[in-house]
Amino acid sequence: MSATTPQHLAAPALPAILPVPKERGRFAGFIYRHPTIFVGGVLIGLMILIALLAPYLGTKDPTALAPSKRTREPSALYWFGTDMLGRDVYSRTMYGSRVSLAVGFSVAVCASVLGTFIGLVAGFVRVLDAVVMRAMDGLMSIPPILLAIALMALTRASVQNVIVAISIAEFPRVSRLVRGLVLSLREQPYVEAAIASGTRVPAIIWKHILSNTLAPLMVQATFICASAMITEATLSFIGAGTPPTIPSWGNIMAEGRALWQVKPYIVFFPAIFLSITVLAVNLLGDGLRDALDPRLAKRL
Amino acid sequence: MIAERPLLEVNGLKKHFPIRGGWLGGITANVYAVDGVTFDINRGETLSLVGESGCGKSTVGKAILRLFKLTDGEVYLAGERIDTMRAGRLRMMRKRVQVVFQDPFSSLNPRMRVRDIVAEPLINFGMAHGRKDLNDKVAALMEKVRLPRDAIDRFPHEFSGGQRQRIGIARALAPGADLIVCDEAVSALDVSVKAQIVNLLADLQDELGLALLFISHDLATVEHLTHRVAVMYLGKIVELADRRTLFATPHHPYTRALLSAVPVPDPTAKRQRIILKGDVPSPIDPPSGCRFHTRCPFVFDRCRTEEPALRPVGDKHLSACHLDEVPGDKLLPHAA
Repeated sequence: MSATTPQHLAAPALPAILPVPKERGRFAGFIYRHPTIFVGGVLIGLMILIALLAPYLGTKDPTALAPSKRTREPSALYWFGTDMLGRDVYSRTMYGSRVSLAVGFSVAVCASVLGTFIGLVAGFVRVLDAVVMRAMDGLMSIPPILLAIALMALTRASVQNVIVAISIAEFPRVSRLVRGLVLSLREQPYVEAAIASGTRVPAIIWKHILSNTLAPLMVQATFICASAMITEATLSFIGAGTPPTIPSWGNIMAEGRALWQVKPYIVFFPAIFLSITVLAVNLLGDGLRDALDPRLAKRL
Repeated sequence: MIAERPLLEVNGLKKHFPIRGGWLGGITANVYAVDGVTFDINRGETLSLVGESGCGKSTVGKAILRLFKLTDGEVYLAGERIDTMRAGRLRMMRKRVQVVFQDPFSSLNPRMRVRDIVAEPLINFGMAHGRKDLNDKVAALMEKVRLPRDAIDRFPHEFSGGQRQRIGIARALAPGADLIVCDEAVSALDVSVKAQIVNLLADLQDELGLALLFISHDLATVEHLTHRVAVMYLGKIVELADRRTLFATPHHPYTRALLSAVPVPDPTAKRQRIILKGDVPSPIDPPSGCRFHTRCPFVFDRCRTEEPALRPVGDKHLSACHLDEVPGDKLLPHAA
C-alpha cells in the first residue's frame, strides 16, 4: 500500500450523520415524536446564549468585591442577592455558565476522540485488545470523581487541567463502547463486501466502521457532557477544581456553603442552573438515543 | 493440446478456526469448518454448493473471496494462485471475484446512499474517469439489475428485501467480475421475489458470461439455475455431479436424504422419505471414518474406521461412499 493518501478517500461525500434533520418539512412532527430532544435542545441553547451574552445580561463585574453590600437578600438591584464578599450572585451565576459549558463540551469532545481512537485500536489490533481493555477496566474501577481529584492534586488548578483530568476519567467508557461496536461492525457482511470490492483499510474504517459508530457515540458524548459538568462542580465545590478566582457554579456553591442555613439563595441559584443544564443535556441524550436507535438503550 | 484451465480451481481447501480458552488464551480445540474440499468452476458456469447449515459451505465462499487466510490448500483464479497472494496484488485480483450475501439488510451499509454503495468498487479499482462517467456507470448498473434510476439517491432502508438484493448484485457486477459468489443470496427472500432474483442472476449470466458459485441449502432453488452441484457434509464434499445426473441418479446416501426432503408441489404424491436421525455432529470433533456414518441409514463397520475417498462413479460424477466402490453395486438400495 502506498504511503500517499489514496485518491478515492477524498472523492465521495461523507454520508449524512443523521438522516433525521433532513426531513425539514416535518419539523413539527419530529418535535412531536421526540419532545425530549426539543426541550433539551432549547434549554441547552438558552444556556449557551447566557454563556455567550453574559456581559450584556445586566451583569456587573462578577469578581468585584463590595464588602459594604455583603449577603444582601435577592432584590430588584441584586436579583440573586450578594455573597459574603458582596459579589453579585446573579452576575457570578451567569458568568459561571461559561465554565460549566466549556468543561462539559470540551470533555465530551476530548473523551470521545481519545476513547474512539483507543477503541478502534483495541477492536482492530487483536494483539493489543486484551492489554488495552484491561487497562481501561482498571481506570474504570476507580470512581471518576476520585480519579479526577487525584489528577488535580498532581497539577495546578486551572480550567484546562480540570478538562484534562475529567477527560481521562471519562474516556475509558467511550473506548469500551467503540471497541464493542467495532467488533460487531467488522463482522458485518457489508464490511466483508467492501473488502471483497477492494476497499483499503483506512477507507473501511472511515466509511464503514466510524460512520456507523457515530450515532451511539453522540449519545454517549451527551451523557459524558452531563457527567463532566457535575464532576467539575463537585471538584470546584471541594476546592480541587476551577481556581476560586474564576466564578464557576461549583465555586459559588462552595463559597455559599458556610452561610447555607442563613443565606440559602447563594447556593440555591447556581444549583438550579447546574441542575437545569445537566437535565437538559440528559434529555437531549435520551432523545437522541431513542431517535437514532431504540435498541441502543440496552447497550449504554 | 492443453485444455484451458478452469476459471476457479480449489485444491484441498482447509479452514480450521481455533477455539481459544483457558486463562492464557491458548488454542484448546479447532473447528474443522472446511476440511479438504476440491472443485473447479469454468467460465460462465454455475456450481452450486449445497448442504445443511454449519457444513462449511459459506466458509468455502469466504475462503475464495480471501476474507481470511486458509489453513491449507490452494485456490487458483484464472491460473493465478490467490490464496498466498500478497495484499497489494490481491486487491486488484479482487475485482474478478465478487460476492452477494444472504441477508439483504446487513449486506448494505445503512449510512451510504445506493450511489455510493454501487460506486465504491468502481472508485476502488479506478474504473471511472470523472464524476459524469461514474454516474453513467452507476446508472447503467441500476438498469442491469432493473432498479429505477431515482433509486441511486436513496438509503438502503428505503428498499424491500428483493430490491436490496438487486443493489447487492449491482455492487457485485460493478467491477466487471468473472465470478460471483452468491452466499445464500436468495434464501432470505420470499418465494416470488426469490424467483425474480434467480431469473435475474440467470439472465445476467447469459448476458455477461458470469460464473456463479451458488451457495444454498435449498435444492429446489438450485435445480433451476445450476449446471453442476456439489453436496457438502461437515466440511467435505460428498458428491459432485451435473445437475441432471445428481437429481436423477444420486449416489451418496446423504444426497438421497437431501433430495427426498425437497418438497413436491403435489399433495397426493406418495414418496419414500429418508428421514435422517439426530443432528449434524459437531465440526469441533468430527466422527471418525466417514463423517456421515453417525446418521447414515446404510452404515456398516468399514464406515466407522475408514474415510471414503471422493471417487468417480459415472461421467463427471464423483461420490464419497464405500458403497460406491464397485460400480453398479447391488448393495445400494434405491430409496427414491
